Amino acid sequence: MAFFFEVLISGLLVGVMYSLVAMGFALIYKASGVFNFAQGDMSLLAGLALVGFLTVMPLWLALICTVAVMAILAYGTVFIIFRPLVARSPLILFMAAIGLSFLIQGIGQAIWGTDAKGLNIGIPDVLVQIGEIYISTFDLTFGGMAAALVAGLVWFFQKTRTGRALRAVADDHEAALSVGIPLLRAWAVTWVIAGIVATVAGVAWGSRLGVQFSLSLIALKALPVLILGGIDSILGAILAGLLIGASENLAEVFIGPYVGGGIQTFFPYLVALLVLWFKPYGMFGKEIIERV
Amino acid sequence: MGRKLIFGFFAIVLAMSFVFISGQAMAAEKKKEGPTQFFGILIYRTGPFAAGGSGVGSGWEDFMELRNMQGGVNGIKYSWEECETAYNTARGVECYERLKDKMVLVHPLSTGITYALIPRGTKEHKVVISSGYGRADASDGSVFPWVFTTPTNYWSQNSAKIKFIGKQMGGMDKLKGLKIANLYIDIPYGQETKPMLDALGKKFGFTVRHFPVPWPGIDQKAQWLDIVRRYKADWVINRNWGVSCTVPLKEAARLRFPANRILGGWWCGSEEDVLPAGPAAKGYYTANWHGVGRNFPLIQEIVDKVYGKMKGHISFTRVGSVYWNRGVYTALINEEAMRTAHKKFGVKVLTGDEMRWGMEHLNITKERIKELGLEGFMGPVKTSCENHEGGKTVLFQQWDGKKWVKVDEIAPMTDFVWKRIKASAAKYAKEKGITPRDCSKVD
Repeated sequence: MAFFFEVLISGLLVGVMYSLVAMGFALIYKASGVFNFAQGDMSLLAGLALVGFLTVMPLWLALICTVAVMAILAYGTVFIIFRPLVARSPLILFMAAIGLSFLIQGIGQAIWGTDAKGLNIGIPDVLVQIGEIYISTFDLTFGGMAAALVAGLVWFFQKTRTGRALRAVADDHEAALSVGIPLLRAWAVTWVIAGIVATVAGVAWGSRLGVQFSLSLIALKALPVLILGGIDSILGAILAGLLIGASENLAEVFIGPYVGGGIQTFFPYLVALLVLWFKPYGMFGKEIIERV
Repeated sequence: MGRKLIFGFFAIVLAMSFVFISGQAMAAEKKKEGPTQFFGILIYRTGPFAAGGSGVGSGWEDFMELRNMQGGVNGIKYSWEECETAYNTARGVECYERLKDKMVLVHPLSTGITYALIPRGTKEHKVVISSGYGRADASDGSVFPWVFTTPTNYWSQNSAKIKFIGKQMGGMDKLKGLKIANLYIDIPYGQETKPMLDALGKKFGFTVRHFPVPWPGIDQKAQWLDIVRRYKADWVINRNWGVSCTVPLKEAARLRFPANRILGGWWCGSEEDVLPAGPAAKGYYTANWHGVGRNFPLIQEIVDKVYGKMKGHISFTRVGSVYWNRGVYTALINEEAMRTAHKKFGVKVLTGDEMRWGMEHLNITKERIKELGLEGFMGPVKTSCENHEGGKTVLFQQWDGKKWVKVDEIAPMTDFVWKRIKASAAKYAKEKGITPRDCSKVD
């Protein structure tokens, strides 16, 4: 039984890492209707930038500079790429996001190279024993950081003037514009926030995997989370991340051996698709009812 | 709007004319230099496996650059063109199709691409070199006349690995009752050694369980919990690729599984695999088939002459790394095949058939290795009509926290492996309707 709980807890903690990536997607989609294909690449860029800055400055300053890079990227993306595409179809916005993805990969690798780089921000990665269960201090730390990030975002969106403006834009662009909320600036702020989330995800995953191209592939892990939780729901991203992380770990360990193993990639999609039968917009996605 | 369009059109025409004229000038310049032996380089400088692709490809190019500075191979200079595959089989085939009219030899640098190119290369008389990757049974030259796994293949590697584990445990008899986990990335490359390990398990009495890691392998928590807590493995074979090579080292450290009980394949044994894992990688063993570092006269020559004149193809820090040195090895095998073929067919630009003959008659002796300035870098290689593998040993290295240190050199279980190579190749021949060559009648 202890082994079962160890697998479950380990899965939940991995799920937190998936949630971090999925939250970036949800934030941008909610505010601008863009399915940000480049979210994983933003994490890669943040990781590359942080490693680069760490060679010449202390961690706290490197983190500030990394967030600055992400803010520049956010403003550049909104005002150069998406500004001319306002009011275009979602498919065109999606295509632009694909282009952005390759652009970030290319620029990031051109500046910082393709070598795999180690990233150590000083968080210990040792096991703590609770009863018969072992839990990684690294995973616990990032679980705590993710919780703090979510709490911060909730406060920002509920309690601040800018946050409320962003929610207004997310609910209805035209209504928000009619009361004087600048749409492009609101988008830019959302992209900056998504950039900060991508930085946290990039640091978390980069510390585990090293900072290298594969970091951009963490976006693949977020897709079933988005399907399950609802593409525009931050709460959904968090809960679905936990559910996906736990279910894929349990499936791999307890079902995998009977079917040849290696099922952790498609099992989350199976769970997500099953949920779609009953909840077509995901568990917490906004239901859109249109007159046909 | 109309004026803009016309202006744009003329600008494009002007730019194209410039490119065309420059191209013509460059072609004329090349013509003056004389004929060259062309190599298409299927590389991956982008994508999740860029570290491997860029290292091997650049080592190969740096070697050719050196030779061109020295006047070429018997006066025949090299020319080459890169084609980016991103380790994607479809793109690899596309690259082959694009370059096949100019090249006579291809290194697919991917087991998946190799599988796709074997029938094409055989039909179109292009040598397919699969140095240290799949498919292992292509070492049988009687069935695969156009494919070379020189110097060694995955099955030989795994038989040597089991000998290495036996040695570490205090003798081959100590293998009995051991539990070995084969952690492999679930792509053709990863799957290739499963039957060999099963057969070796039966022979030596150890248990082997296969743990697939779905691509790209960035999360292996479930596998590692199973390996350490439930299966309780004594040894883990790390048969991954790219980032999935690094993840096991971190997961193992987290679960307090010792790094010196993890034995990686030669595609999981580069600096790029261990550096991101930090201290977790210290003590980790891997296989290899060539030396590491710059401490070889030939490599020093590349450093001095190629990088000294700023003509290198990769960041200087990677010169002497595992993958870069593998590229030098790759280039060297090509060149020795060329030299062998020149002796038979005369000094000229070789055709596919002539290059294949050269590959099939390689005899790189200890003396020749010393003459090349690579003493201690590699073992002798001797190929034949039947034996397209040619190498005789597998090296083992250990990460000491800063660099790879050679710890052993082990001969594979040749008889055991070749019995299975012959059987598998015969099965392939039957499936494809191939009549194996009678090597006793081949020149």
